[in-house]
Amino acid sequence: MPNDQRPATNDFSIIGKSIAMVDAAGKTTGSGKYTDDLSLPGMLYGKILHSPHPHARIKGIDTSRAERLDGVIAVVTGKDAPNPFGILPVGHDEHALALDKVRYVGDNVACVAAVSEAIAEQALELIDVEYELLPAYFDPEKSMKAETNLIHDNKPNNLEKDYHHVFGDPEKAFAQADYVAEGRFLANEVTHAAMEPHSTLASFELDPHTGKLGRLTVWSSTQVPYYLQHKLSLVLEMPMSQIRVIKPLVGGGFGGKSEVIPIEIIAGIAARAAQRPVKITYTREEVFWAHRGRPRTIVDLKTAVKNDGRITAVKARVVQDGGAYCSYGVVTILYSGALLGALYDIPNIQYDGYRVLTNKPACGAMRGHGTVNVRFAFESQLDEIAAKLNLDAAEIRRRNLLRPPCITINGLRVQSYGLPECIDQVVTRSRWSERKGKLPSGRGLGIACSHYVSGAANSIIRSDMPHSTVNIKIDRDGGVVIYTGASDIGQGSDTMVAQVAAETLGCALFRVKVIAADTDLTPIDIGSYSSRVTFMNGNATLRAAHEVRKQIAAAAAKKMNCAAEDIVFRNDRLACGDGSLTRPGGAELRSESPTVSGRVEGQILRGSLQQKRKDEGPRDSMTFEEAVVAGIDFHGALIGTGSYAPPPEARGGKHKGAGVGPSPAYSYSAQVAEVSVDEDTGEVTVHKVWAAHDCGRALNPVSVEGQVIGSVWMGMGQALTEEMIWKDGLLMNPGLLEYRSPSSVESPEVEAIIVESIDPEGPFGAKEASEGSLAATIPAIANAIYDAAGIRLHESPFTPERVLAALRAKRNAKPLDLTEGVDPTAPARFREHGGELCFKGKGPERHECDAARPPARPGGSD
Amino acid sequence: MKKELIELRVNGLTHELAIEPSALLLDVLRRDLGLTGSKRGCDDSSCGACTVLVDGTPMLACTLLASSCEGQEIATVEGISEHGSLAAIQKAYGDWGGAQCGYCTPGFMITVKHLLSVNPDPTDEEIRSALSGNLCRCTGYTQMYTAIKAAIEAEKKGMAKA
Repeated sequence: MPNDQRPATNDFSIIGKSIAMVDAAGKTTGSGKYTDDLSLPGMLYGKILHSPHPHARIKGIDTSRAERLDGVIAVVTGKDAPNPFGILPVGHDEHALALDKVRYVGDNVACVAAVSEAIAEQALELIDVEYELLPAYFDPEKSMKAETNLIHDNKPNNLEKDYHHVFGDPEKAFAQADYVAEGRFLANEVTHAAMEPHSTLASFELDPHTGKLGRLTVWSSTQVPYYLQHKLSLVLEMPMSQIRVIKPLVGGGFGGKSEVIPIEIIAGIAARAAQRPVKITYTREEVFWAHRGRPRTIVDLKTAVKNDGRITAVKARVVQDGGAYCSYGVVTILYSGALLGALYDIPNIQYDGYRVLTNKPACGAMRGHGTVNVRFAFESQLDEIAAKLNLDAAEIRRRNLLRPPCITINGLRVQSYGLPECIDQVVTRSRWSERKGKLPSGRGLGIACSHYVSGAANSIIRSDMPHSTVNIKIDRDGGVVIYTGASDIGQGSDTMVAQVAAETLGCALFRVKVIAADTDLTPIDIGSYSSRVTFMNGNATLRAAHEVRKQIAAAAAKKMNCAAEDIVFRNDRLACGDGSLTRPGGAELRSESPTVSGRVEGQILRGSLQQKRKDEGPRDSMTFEEAVVAGIDFHGALIGTGSYAPPPEARGGKHKGAGVGPSPAYSYSAQVAEVSVDEDTGEVTVHKVWAAHDCGRALNPVSVEGQVIGSVWMGMGQALTEEMIWKDGLLMNPGLLEYRSPSSVESPEVEAIIVESIDPEGPFGAKEASEGSLAATIPAIANAIYDAAGIRLHESPFTPERVLAALRAKRNAKPLDLTEGVDPTAPARFREHGGELCFKGKGPERHECDAARPPARPGGSD
Repeated sequence: MKKELIELRVNGLTHELAIEPSALLLDVLRRDLGLTGSKRGCDDSSCGACTVLVDGTPMLACTLLASSCEGQEIATVEGISEHGSLAAIQKAYGDWGGAQCGYCTPGFMITVKHLLSVNPDPTDEEIRSALSGNLCRCTGYTQMYTAIKAAIEAEKKGMAKA
């Protein structure tokens, strides 16, 4: 068990030090390779034909004109690989290329593989698809009432999944409450917009025995190489052993690459048909269609409290606008309910969650998966309650703390719990008590908390398989090679693995080489999602390193004439007992370059080494390289394997849907935001965010701070500017200028404060750091806006339009109608998300050559 | 489209290339010259991942015709390293968490290099303003500022020694 292996000390030489990521130079010099940077001889470029309709039946596809175009090698459609797939075993509802129906604007219909992108694009225009249009559903609450023209025939009422959980006795608690707050909150849809557009390169090799297409190698921008291997196997009907998935550098994921995106399979289908390597890279617009972001969520929330601020019950009804496919949807809707627990002590919970299908791109997992929008509602409402009860907003949170170790009412096991310290830290650093409510008009402070899992305790595909396995090999050269399936997507998992191994083996960091995420080389790891990697892959690395360490210690003990257990590994040396290994100068951490004598010694032949050993007699310390040579002489190769599976007691309750939410450990965050509101323009400016995050132990503080700041920043984007704007199933802002990701001038200072609760099961006590802080930022800003301007915003993002509307409502002024005088047939609200198919307004004029141009209306074109 | 022959000077070397007149500088750098450091993050000059220097001015290679750069001096991220080792700004971005996924980093390297060449000691405001044309989705920019300041310090120390 990791807790037995954890040194009972805080005295580390590599852990807890801020170091550059092991792959940093490749990123800053441009030499690091991402998927789109790769090419193969004879490689073709793939381009995908997307559906222009939100919901339509495909009556026929004629690819013959496209196939005749010079330079086109293959055109593939749904019939070329008809097997369905999906990330969840209960959600195999997607086809790489549409079979009979398209379900959103952007759905994949056909793919052309050609010698150049230009030719492939030209060929797309030569593919003739006959569609029969179907009524489409864009508003989840209307979609839930649908009886005909269902999006998927096996999902009545377009309901992907609904869950109804009751823990404790919420009805009784509401009846006995001193005060009950109730409200509707709406969080609009956001997307990951990782800087690297998805890209996949697929290549088959010929089988020497059959002479036909044999093994497939796929390089892809993925967070989940092993799931990709599995889904490719399902769709292409090939054994997994014949498919190799390699993850090059990945330019950000945030969940957008945490499932198999159709492009990844389409590249395989096209490469098979073309019998040549095929690379497909999405355009930025295609990335927006591929989506899998955070669904627009309607939260009806009710909270019961006693006069002292103690929460006695919570009731939440959550409707998620999930888009056209299941994706991670069932998990998302469960997270929304499950993580009502494990932050505060709430004795009674009722949760009704509805994941609804609509004719828009599928929503999936995004940083803070499922928890963010509900947390916005909850923390906003808690602020309203504090104001109502005349309690300090930080104090009401302190009054509802859990008392770990404990198991929450909905079956979540909580051990390490740094939330109280997180609250204390942000309250102190922001000078909350002195400044809250006392800032000049238009400026305010708000506080909120959040938490997140350190990996799901139950994997998507139920099995007894460990969630992570890591192999370590040390050879005579003294190099430590770690084979891990953990997928570094920029969060720094390669560095984490290297640090954990180097600390455990007491070797210098420069010795460690991480081979990551190649299904042929690295043992299975279920992927980089739900913030599981540090906890699970870190633990597996720790165990593998301990196994190798044991082998080295046994051999070194013989040479040093002491017990193996007494050997200390540190600073690239081994010593008996606590013999001072800390050298002056502090050069221990970074690449202490190998001495020439060490290198030579590492390579001496066995015979001469034995001779040397005889000459020298027992020693009280030796270099790491000498110890490795001794170990290899003694054992043969030095190889260690470590695995991690969450303990049974962390896997949650027995109710339906209990599999989602449990985690071996939870991270905690408290934040204070300072904002100002311009009452004339409605513009909200965030000046500073203090974010305290309990990450268990910061293995690499600069990285942890980077993750926390990044989470807060992304939360701020969702709070203020980011929003996917839909009109009749068409995305109005599929670009990085229109989808407003904050630039450096709009980004506030974020003070990241690390709180270390030292988790009993985490590797060196570490927990997650990359997601938990996002959810608190949105309500912290909302609460600060209330402090600044006295308005409660129940819909995110808090755009100037919404802020102005709230300010007018507060003054009892007539609501502004921004569409007034624009177009009388347009929807009442300019940013209307719902509405039925076929907006009858004029909309943008289409070019006269555009086949989709409607016939001229009587009265001519004005 | 018929190709034409052009001469492109990139990172101090002259390349003779046959390209289509419509070829974008980014595609020519990445595909014809194998300089994949410059990235494509969008297609419409909104993200800055493809920033290169053209005669010392930061330009977006994704919306620039390669043929229009003939006779000009182009510098890409591959040309930033100094004397075979990391430039101060490259080292500092690594040390201070300025790069996470790294996809936007080449663009930032060029932008920051340009900033420091025209303004060796920028204020916080000037740094923010200079970086505002480059998007990053990982870092929230904060650690980049620390990195830039560290690089400036390192340069100063280097100058003092020299």
